[in-house]
Amino acid sequence: MTDLKPDLQQRPSHDRQATALPTDLTARELGRWTWRQLTSMRTALVLLLLLALASIPGSVIPQENIDSLAVSQWRDNHPQLAPIWDRLDLFNVYGSVWFSSIYILLMISLVGCIVPRLFVYARALRARPPRAPRHLTRLPESASYATDESPEAVLERAATALRGRRFRVDAGADAVAAERGYLREAGNLLFHLAVIVVLVGVAVGSLFGYKGGVIMLNGDDYGFSNNLTQYDDFAPGALFDPDVMEPFSFSITDFQVDWLTEGRRAGMAREFVAELDYAIEPGGETRSYDLRVNHPLSIGGTDVFLIGHGYAPVITIRDGDGEVAYSGPSVFLPTNAQTFESFGVIKAPDARPDQIGLEGTFYPTFAMGRDTEGNLTMPASVFGDAIDPLVSLFVYTGDLGLDDGTPASVYVLDKAKATQVVKDDGQPFRMDLRPGDTVTLPDDLGTVSFDGLQRWNKIQVSRSPGKMVALAGVVLALIGLLGSLFIRPRRMWVRARRQDDGTTLVEVARLDRSSAGDPEDGAAELAEVVAALQGETPETKNSKREEDES
Amino acid sequence: MTDAQWEVFSYQGVIGAAVLYFIAMLAYFFELASLRSAARLTAQEQEQHEQAAGGSTQALVATPRRTEVAARLGLVLTVFAVVVHLVALVARGLAANPNRVPWGNMYEFTISGTFVVALIFVLATLRTDIEWLGPLVTTFVVAALMAAFLGLDDAVLPLPDALNSPWLVIHVVSAVISTGAFTIGALLSGLYLAKERSTSTTGYLARVPEPKVLDRLSYRMHAFGFPVWTFAVLITGPIWAHQAWGAYWNWDPKEVWAFITWVVYAAYLHARATAGWRGRNAAILALVGAATLWFNFIGINFFSSSSQHSYAEGAAPETSVVVGLAGPVEAAEEVGVVVGADHARA
Ligand code: HEM
Repeated sequence: MTDLKPDLQQRPSHDRQATALPTDLTARELGRWTWRQLTSMRTALVLLLLLALASIPGSVIPQENIDSLAVSQWRDNHPQLAPIWDRLDLFNVYGSVWFSSIYILLMISLVGCIVPRLFVYARALRARPPRAPRHLTRLPESASYATDESPEAVLERAATALRGRRFRVDAGADAVAAERGYLREAGNLLFHLAVIVVLVGVAVGSLFGYKGGVIMLNGDDYGFSNNLTQYDDFAPGALFDPDVMEPFSFSITDFQVDWLTEGRRAGMAREFVAELDYAIEPGGETRSYDLRVNHPLSIGGTDVFLIGHGYAPVITIRDGDGEVAYSGPSVFLPTNAQTFESFGVIKAPDARPDQIGLEGTFYPTFAMGRDTEGNLTMPASVFGDAIDPLVSLFVYTGDLGLDDGTPASVYVLDKAKATQVVKDDGQPFRMDLRPGDTVTLPDDLGTVSFDGLQRWNKIQVSRSPGKMVALAGVVLALIGLLGSLFIRPRRMWVRARRQDDGTTLVEVARLDRSSAGDPEDGAAELAEVVAALQGETPETKNSKREEDES
Repeated sequence: MTDAQWEVFSYQGVIGAAVLYFIAMLAYFFELASLRSAARLTAQEQEQHEQAAGGSTQALVATPRRTEVAARLGLVLTVFAVVVHLVALVARGLAANPNRVPWGNMYEFTISGTFVVALIFVLATLRTDIEWLGPLVTTFVVAALMAAFLGLDDAVLPLPDALNSPWLVIHVVSAVISTGAFTIGALLSGLYLAKERSTSTTGYLARVPEPKVLDRLSYRMHAFGFPVWTFAVLITGPIWAHQAWGAYWNWDPKEVWAFITWVVYAAYLHARATAGWRGRNAAILALVGAATLWFNFIGINFFSSSSQHSYAEGAAPETSVVVGLAGPVEAAEEVGVVVGADHARA
């Protein structure tokens, strides 16, 4: 590839290859050598491939900050491996030291590579097109012809023609040199600089931002105000400062799902709308917003998203003394995203004589399953909408483990010291309640009633400062990339010399400096320039043209 | 027409297109076969051919007429197939109620992707001499369409709420286009590696241009695909993810693999920018890139359990709360970048 050689000479910074390690080194030389290695093009390539490779484990092993539940399940299933994985940070690949060190090295290498190239480019911008090589016709793309015109006339026409083709032209005594396509290198530099901008934007977001989730019951009685204590889960960045949390508050007045009951798509849900009443600051004016998927509510720099929903049966437990030991909606978590069959627990630690715990399943549209022979099998929910809601609960009494002060999940019943209530025949006691039903528990424990149904929504609140910086960075990178890939830097020379026989020998050559110059385009451009030169002089003799396929 | 009629019409269209591609493929194979028999001409005849062709390496390809006719026929049939294919795609969109873009599941993604591969090929023949890629392209498209038909077929379902975003259209269009370009680029790079080793003077590889040309064409496909992929994966994907999930980048397995693909192709372009890595090594990198691309489309689904996208029904962990809307969103992304369990299967 002959056209590469000039490149190698003129762009030393990036084509620098890893050089051999000098044998006796001063610290300074060592430093320089290391720096040269680090900023070499080959290192960049290796680091890029390493980055790709290093990303793989995180797609196979569950990640702590993405799905912590999957991580804990994985830990349970692989007790031997888990500590090793922990040591290798494999549950947190994208925040791990080894992953970060790859991209930080890449960034250092990038800066080390880009900065010198910026200077080289600044100089190249002011430089004149390089003088014509001695043997123009030896270049792969060249042509020559003889004419009766004077060399001066030819060269003048050449300068005009090349300027007209938006070349930068330097007219010499016997030859015209021209170059265009300077923006390619600018595009390339822009692309690489923009990569840094993206990284800065992403880093700002992950250091200073936060993401939190909260399950909100519907209704004016349940409000949320944006501070740490109100979240069910909260993932702050390393440098997050709670003072940046915007002091808004909201409640969900209503939630609607459009369930499809007909046609092929029956059973699917579309169009989720949570109607919000929100205030931007305490005591501020209340506004409404229809929160929908793909339509987050933005308040200042914070976005509020609707990401889930489910049912909360309203249950009342009266204890053996007839006192209300618990009453209210309990969040049941869906175990099936289609039918919204849900699992939940209800705890009544104040019940007397014994604490009461309920655990069971909620079926929005209850039906008994049937096997192929028509025999009844497992109960199931057949539809996500609450058409025939039923809650099916088992009962536990005794110590629910709530009194010893250790925090307990509201979604898990601690059965270690509790006993399951059984029927006379020794089978577990189970009650199936439809709204309005009340069941009396055995052993004078009390009663349980299913008063009605509430809904809840999972709301995610997140603030990612720097996201606009990152977006601007990618867009700039894309623009730079397009320039870098599709602008073809090239040079052209025209030389005209009087020959002994009195005619003028005109030589034209073209050099494509991009790695992917298209020979057809190149030949076409050459031919056009030659045609323009010969334009008004049809008496051309001895026309010769050479093209090379490379 | 009713939705059901449109759907049947679309299936017929896909089958029709597949049959046309298949016949085109046969025409191309016929062309190759007759090239081979041409090569068995007597030595004398060969010499004449060589002289006729100016003694170039392509001498043996100085073809008898029926070879040429076969090649023409292959291309014309491919063009017809592309037209029918397009009609089938549109019909698929019209079969849904409300009408929508035909990217609701893997079947639809595959029939769209193969369409783009064939279309890029046909468009490329207008600009440059690339007809010799016909046998490979038609074989690939026929195989992929068969796989889509046998393995991925799925009912026409409406787009769930989360897919109702203009970003989906832009995101998927760009993902499909770049996937098509990368796929053709990979075919070319594979050919490059084969051609580079081959010394055969007959058969398909003899018909294919020099390695240098293959390398350059492959580069052009990648240079076209890469910015489009950048746009799909690093611009529209995050914008849409931000709207739907509340975070523009989640390191979800599908995002991870789209990123890996991006990095590998960036490395490919880099590799080519240094003289030493042109050709062979670059071709290998291009094939690695295509492997990550297709792994993301096919593999992630089966290997990853932690994806917000690959979503196993009923397997939602009991204490996980993000279930309700995750389904649709996940479906969105499944067509989006790459893969997906089609949870939407009724
Ligand atoms: C985040 C890391 C990087 C990415 C994603 C990246 C990506 C790219 C891409 C996609 C190209 C192709 C554009 C073209 O062909 O014109 C390119 C070209 C180039 N890159 Fe990088 N690069 C990275 C780091 C580096 C580093 C560290 C160096 C220097 C050591 C470097 C030097 C170059 C040079 C000199 C070219 C242009 C070659 C030419 O003019 O054809 N890059 N880079």
